[in-house]
Amino acid sequence: MSAMENDTSIGDSLIRNTPGVNKRRLAFLLCVLLSIAMILPLAWLARSSLMEMGQIFIFPPEWIPNPFAWHNYPDALTTIPFFLYLWNSALVVVPTIVGTLFSSSLAAYAFARLNWPFRDQIFAVLMATLMLPYVITLIPTFLIWSGLGFVDTYVPLIVPHWLGTNVFYIFLLRQFFKALPKELDEAAIIDGAHIVQVFWYIVLPLSRPALLVVAILSGLGAWNDFVDPLVYINSSEKYTVALGLSQFVGLYTSQWSLLMAAATVVIIPVIIVFFFTQRYFMTSITMTGLKG
Amino acid sequence: MTNSSSPDGVMLTERPSGRSATTGARARMSPRRRSEITWALIFVAPAVLGFVLLKAMPILFSLYISMTDWSAVGDAHWVGLDNFEKMLFADPLFWRSLQVTAYYTLVSVPVSMAFAFFLATLLNQRIPGLGIFRTIFYIPSIVPIIASTVIWLWMFNPDFGLFNSVLGAVGIPKLQYIFSEDQVVPSLVFMSIWGVGPMMIIFLAGLQEVPKELYEAADIDGSNAWHKLVHITLPMMTPTILFNLMISMVAAFQTFVQPFIMTNGGPNNGSLFFVFWIYRKAFQDSQMGYASALAWALFIVISVLSYLIFRTSNKWVFYRGGDD
Repeated sequence: MSAMENDTSIGDSLIRNTPGVNKRRLAFLLCVLLSIAMILPLAWLARSSLMEMGQIFIFPPEWIPNPFAWHNYPDALTTIPFFLYLWNSALVVVPTIVGTLFSSSLAAYAFARLNWPFRDQIFAVLMATLMLPYVITLIPTFLIWSGLGFVDTYVPLIVPHWLGTNVFYIFLLRQFFKALPKELDEAAIIDGAHIVQVFWYIVLPLSRPALLVVAILSGLGAWNDFVDPLVYINSSEKYTVALGLSQFVGLYTSQWSLLMAAATVVIIPVIIVFFFTQRYFMTSITMTGLKG
Repeated sequence: MTNSSSPDGVMLTERPSGRSATTGARARMSPRRRSEITWALIFVAPAVLGFVLLKAMPILFSLYISMTDWSAVGDAHWVGLDNFEKMLFADPLFWRSLQVTAYYTLVSVPVSMAFAFFLATLLNQRIPGLGIFRTIFYIPSIVPIIASTVIWLWMFNPDFGLFNSVLGAVGIPKLQYIFSEDQVVPSLVFMSIWGVGPMMIIFLAGLQEVPKELYEAADIDGSNAWHKLVHITLPMMTPTILFNLMISMVAAFQTFVQPFIMTNGGPNNGSLFFVFWIYRKAFQDSQMGYASALAWALFIVISVLSYLIFRTSNKWVFYRGGDD
């Protein structure tokens, strides 16, 4: 109670002591209202995930679960083989992160800090693929993997990341590598260091924030990815979490509370990662916007 | 490839009295320079291999398939431009899906851009709790698409959903949302504005780049807030607006998961998005040839629109001179 009062009084004084008071009051009020609106779907999700079937179908809806049906969570996680899907997702997410870091940091280093023929032209060609709609390559790529016998394995989901097909990450790391002082490499080279050593012992350690951004974005991308698992994975015991949840929608549409509990479980890891790495998130987005 | 000199030739040292004249640049390069090029090629090899095997080859392959009647099994027969002819003159659902997608794009792009811009201007004020508001506005966009479709499916539920209960409370009759042919696209547009977080952050970064002196000068001239928005903020923001416009236009044209999970393209094909139609043709009907032709049609539509936006951009995008 007292903490809350404190908060508002600080806010109030900050508002009052600067010019344009009314404008700022209005902006603050709008921010509060819009925050409530933006949170509403998540509140609706949480509330529905904790309700008994009887209460969820009351109209007009109630907001507070009575009683709190915590058993929806274990029920949901056993109705769908959630832990199996979680393990499957890990089998995709971890190699995706490692592969993305591997291929994009190597390529970004070559594009940012080495001189070689046709460097900028090749970079431009790679960047152009960012504009390509994914459906153009989806069908032929599926046919190629299918011809090689890799449908219903994780190979088509993982291998592209080891080959740097998400050019966006190469772009992001290149921007970061270019900003490091060139003298670092030159001094090391004069001291007799090899290019590989410069990359491994100087450039990579200095680029931890950027590498972290790439790891987070590619990991979340793989966790959230729905289309590729949908196209490539057929057997239900190989489903990832995202694909498994979509099957749940089709099978249990009337069991809303279980479905909401399952959706909450899919969201929670993402929110946790986001809270710990928020700053990097925002920076990476700004980088794409300003220099893109 | 090796006999072209480096773009700026900084590290290229000539050795006129080098090993006996096997002419060509390679022989005249210093060992260090040669090693740099070798290692650059090794470093870039995975990405170039990925480009060749997973982008360039599939593109050419797709072009070929689009001119066959291939069904993924059996032989492919060359049919020339028949698939494109069929699309234009004998497939009403091609036109239907193009119309649905264009309608969605035309509405959702300006609406979500305006909303993102509005949120960014709010966050550009000096008010308490900015960090918290920014986080809250951003969070919906990180919710996995599969989870957000599930949430919205439940909120749109005509009998027990959140929206109809709110409308009911103020005496408005129940709407059908995604279960009505007319309301399904507007409903999905409404859903799309929930995820404007990244666009908002990009706008916010753009707003913070606008020189403060311009506003101070306008204050001295006695301009009101509206004048400052129209004559300073919007012109200075046009490069950012162009960027967000392109990105969101291309993304909107490729909408797939929402119709796939929420409506199955219905009701009465009211949400038959173009990519969903391609997916059905390719992976449900196994018409790989025809589906590839559809994919190329989408590519052409997106390219033409991007080209038009870029062509007109020199009329409305304002670049500050000398700004890198």
